[in-house]
Amino acid sequence: MQFGFFGAVACVLACAAAHAQDTPLAFTHARVITASGPEIADGTLVVHKGTILAVGDAGQVAIPAGAEIIDARGKVIMPGLVDTHSHIGGAGGADGSAPIQPDVRVLDAINPLDSGFRRAVAGGITTVNVMPGSGHLLSGQTVYLKLRRKAGKPFARIDDLFIRDDKGNPTRGIKMANGTNSQREAPFPGTRAKSAALVRERFIKAQEYAAKVEAARNPDGTFDPAKRPPRDLGLEALGDVLSGATVVHHHTHRADDIMTVLRLQREFGFRVVLHHVSEAWKVADEIAAAGAGCSIIVIDSPGGKLEAAELSLGTGGALERAGAAVCIHTDDWITDSRRFLRSAALAVRGGMSREGALRAVTLAGAKMLDLGERVGSLEPGKDADFLVLSGDPFSVYTKIEKTYVEGQLVFDLANPEDHLFAVGGFGAGRDQEPYLCCAKQALQDAGIGGGE
Amino acid sequence: MTALAASASAQVAIRADVVHTMAGEPIRDGVVLMRDGKIEAVGPATQVKIPEGYTLLRAAIATPGLIDARGTVGVSGLLNQKQDQDQLDRSSPIQPELRAIDAYNPNDPLVQWVRSFGITAVHTGHAPGELISGQTMVVKTSGRTVEAALVKDGVTVAATLSPWAQKSGDRSTGTRGKMVAMLREQLIKAREYREKRESKAASALKDSPTDTSGDSKPETTKEEPARDLRLEMLGRVIAGEVPLLVSANRAQDIQNVLRLADEFGIRVILDSGAEAYQLIDEIAARKIPVIIHPSMARAYGELENMSVETPAKLVAAGVRVAMQSGYESYVPKTRVVLFEAGITAAHGLSFEQALALVTRDAAMILGVQSRLGTLEPGKDADVALFDGDPFEFTSKCVGVIINGEVVSSTPR
Repeated sequence: MQFGFFGAVACVLACAAAHAQDTPLAFTHARVITASGPEIADGTLVVHKGTILAVGDAGQVAIPAGAEIIDARGKVIMPGLVDTHSHIGGAGGADGSAPIQPDVRVLDAINPLDSGFRRAVAGGITTVNVMPGSGHLLSGQTVYLKLRRKAGKPFARIDDLFIRDDKGNPTRGIKMANGTNSQREAPFPGTRAKSAALVRERFIKAQEYAAKVEAARNPDGTFDPAKRPPRDLGLEALGDVLSGATVVHHHTHRADDIMTVLRLQREFGFRVVLHHVSEAWKVADEIAAAGAGCSIIVIDSPGGKLEAAELSLGTGGALERAGAAVCIHTDDWITDSRRFLRSAALAVRGGMSREGALRAVTLAGAKMLDLGERVGSLEPGKDADFLVLSGDPFSVYTKIEKTYVEGQLVFDLANPEDHLFAVGGFGAGRDQEPYLCCAKQALQDAGIGGGE
Repeated sequence: MTALAASASAQVAIRADVVHTMAGEPIRDGVVLMRDGKIEAVGPATQVKIPEGYTLLRAAIATPGLIDARGTVGVSGLLNQKQDQDQLDRSSPIQPELRAIDAYNPNDPLVQWVRSFGITAVHTGHAPGELISGQTMVVKTSGRTVEAALVKDGVTVAATLSPWAQKSGDRSTGTRGKMVAMLREQLIKAREYREKRESKAASALKDSPTDTSGDSKPETTKEEPARDLRLEMLGRVIAGEVPLLVSANRAQDIQNVLRLADEFGIRVILDSGAEAYQLIDEIAARKIPVIIHPSMARAYGELENMSVETPAKLVAAGVRVAMQSGYESYVPKTRVVLFEAGITAAHGLSFEQALALVTRDAAMILGVQSRLGTLEPGKDADVALFDGDPFEFTSKCVGVIINGEVVSSTPR
């Protein structure tokens, strides 16, 4: 699987849309974690107009004239975190009418005023893949967001957060799921085999649709309206999956379910990131051999559902040793965006390398969203998305003090309002119920989370 | 007692760079000697010599075995299927007669899971979610049977004064007012029941030497209430023998808890308490202990205004606080109090204050301080060993000792 190809062009429009940051900003004498190279013990980071100008040893980086210099001695600076799987914004994707709904876009359902966005920047997240839930075989199109925010303003308009491609379209993936979450009464599948059959059937339709569209193409690239099939939003979206333009973000837990995803991937040739993968430690070699990336979740205990009964803190390390690409996600609100760095630290506790775990919440995640050319590491030319920390990123005692997106301060712990969202308190509440098929049901069954 | 007897011959010594006894200053290069399931001696290596024949364990940090002050581990199982969820019976809103010992599965994998992080005892049992959901108990995280694991039965009666216990439609408990009314009614009934049973017992005692005829006074028999398990347990609450553990989060609901405590003069422990920071003086004045919600609980619904700074604020006001894993209905199936307490150490509490939430102060709130919570001679030999600061996410728990027996030595 080739990541990064689409990332290069994704930058153009959104970079232009970045807020003007006219005065260069230089952070000096910080410990700088670049995520793409070795740590710099005494480093300087210079950003200007939303972009990284320079990063390197404090003694070697030239600070532009007129730059605002911030002495960051004792601080740690690292790339803004990339969360490849989140449900902030209270968004629902597909409804209960069918198990496969590729036409549905999550971007039409996100509430950017949801406090989850404020918590995400408090947790250092600057880029996030907001996904519909896992209660469908295919619950819709995800959306990749930059948590841009004007100082003192809320996250008001979802359109301001899009990461647009060269055609101006918001970049996104497709959310799929197998295993038990997507099994229920017809028309949903009742078994794993039925799940796979329904997915294959729809992908074959999409192949046929794409072939018809292609047959209607004139030599000059335009389409013959007489031959072109009527527009089908769902099959169009699947066409982008088949062409490789859209990555499949596939919820899957059990080892056999993971292998089913890889089997379908071989048949249809789509690009896939395997999400959660509770039992990936059992098939790490197979995943690595297939070249599939894994976006893992780190949870405080196994269980809660049958498929996660053998979830392990060692999954990240096992995948890393097998040579698979690994990133980590929050699945917010399964885990709290504010504790995203903790997930990486626990992966280290479970056997992952420190460098690998740092990349897993930055550059590795960016690559899995095809945004690796633009975000995820501190390199000249990349977006100025970075964090200022009070200490080591994996320490419980460390505070995220500042979060910058494209050179703009989007979270400042010293600001009382931001502080409220970082630690909680009166008024920090979520204003909308999270939309997660199975967790919500479980809460209701238990009588916790509203009524019976 | 079989488990204790089996391990009675074990003689274990620990030598750690720092021993947090929680009964005094931390001891640098300290030694803990354990014999017959109890702690024999604690002190600096220069003073406490390790006798021949003791198994020596070394670690960077030794702490008392950690206590999860409120969870459902072993009652709400890992698989989260109907057959392993015994934390809440929904057939009636008031069931104080439900005992935790009848619901506990010591072999559930979550028991071993939390143990591997140094948690040697859990206060487990009935979850929030009904006005009175049942009893709780303290067990060790070892032992094949609940009898072997049990430290103390009937530790609290668990109540819920919050929308968590609210029912929809036309059924009670439908509102806050109704919840409090139902609870007051039951407590009044329990008081009357208790008084009648006690007066009967007293008169029976007085009568017995002379009452050899076998005749009983008809009016006394009429007054004697038949045994009622429900009122019996609530009667213990009324008498102050057992505290009422009340789950409440909104300041509004916490006020109801305080009013109830004032009216009946019962012992109350506030559970969860997301907005307790709004009523610190009121809680402190009544000396009501708080078993605070997990630091990383989901800030949602009743907990939407929770703050990770609440434990520090309560402790500063002199309130005794412990940390809980809580009840989780989905993923993760349980939280780990080691991590939850660690967060408080980063938000206003000192290291030892945070450690107290899951050791000494948890034991005191639960009434098991004579056996658990500190490393002192005569107490149970329950110890957790770590390779660094226990609260650091990247440190590992490298050994767990319960009743003087090494029950886990795989680093996690």
